[in-house]
Amino acid sequence: MANTQPIVPNFGSESTGRKMAIICSKGNLDMAYPGLILGNAALGEGVEVHLFFTFWGFDMIHKKRQKKLKFSPVGNFAMHLPIGGIRMPQWLAWIPGMQPFATWYLQHEINKLQVPEVPDFLDQISASGGHLWGCKMSADMNKLTMKDLREDVEGIITAADFIEMTDGAQVLFI
Amino acid sequence: MPTQDMLGREVHVDDEGFLTEYDEWDEKLGAELAKNIGVAMTDEHWKVITFLRTDYKSQGTTATTRRVDAVGGFPVKLQFQLFPAKPAKKMAYIAGLPKPAGCV
Repeated sequence: MANTQPIVPNFGSESTGRKMAIICSKGNLDMAYPGLILGNAALGEGVEVHLFFTFWGFDMIHKKRQKKLKFSPVGNFAMHLPIGGIRMPQWLAWIPGMQPFATWYLQHEINKLQVPEVPDFLDQISASGGHLWGCKMSADMNKLTMKDLREDVEGIITAADFIEMTDGAQVLFI
Repeated sequence: MPTQDMLGREVHVDDEGFLTEYDEWDEKLGAELAKNIGVAMTDEHWKVITFLRTDYKSQGTTATTRRVDAVGGFPVKLQFQLFPAKPAKKMAYIAGLPKPAGCV
């Protein structure tokens, strides 16, 4: 029996009224991704998204440093070897050349999934209407100004500015 | 799987209303689906939909907004303009394809 009343997905209105604030505080390659993936997904669902980069996460919006984020298996006990799925022993994590290799390998695996590298990912988030903000204290600490940051960063703001701006938002700390 | 009557023929849809049979779709039906969700189709819209249909045929999965940009050449910004707020799902719905399964 065919339904007479068509089933139409509910895409809601153009503005969902939902707001999300993601605090990116880590600058290692592996920890840069969670905020970007969630922020991008939220934008695709019509959510207003603000990304706030602080402490080590500040490197993600630094023009030069954002291209050179690194990954290290040191102290990461969930790191498994690509072959056999064996947990990587920590003595192996320390050997010279492991950090560049692990960085290359992780980026290679991420690329295979057609997930963009960090600078391109931020381009996409920005093109999707996401807002990028730098943390004032991190900028002062590192002696950096807007000139050092991506063009699409809207401003360097204080913690209080951020709290005010994200009134009613769901907050994620990464 | 429910079926529903659209433009005088029976089509297979999932619980949300996305078409489940690739070959049951044609442009007329696409136009009707677009109307259902309030998207006024232009040539630009059709170019994107055509890409999604072709890509699905070769890949077997629905392109994400990232892929529509990187492979199809339609910038993400344009996708948001054409299919506001929820481009990935709206494009898939109009193209008669399942929702994209990728995270990015």
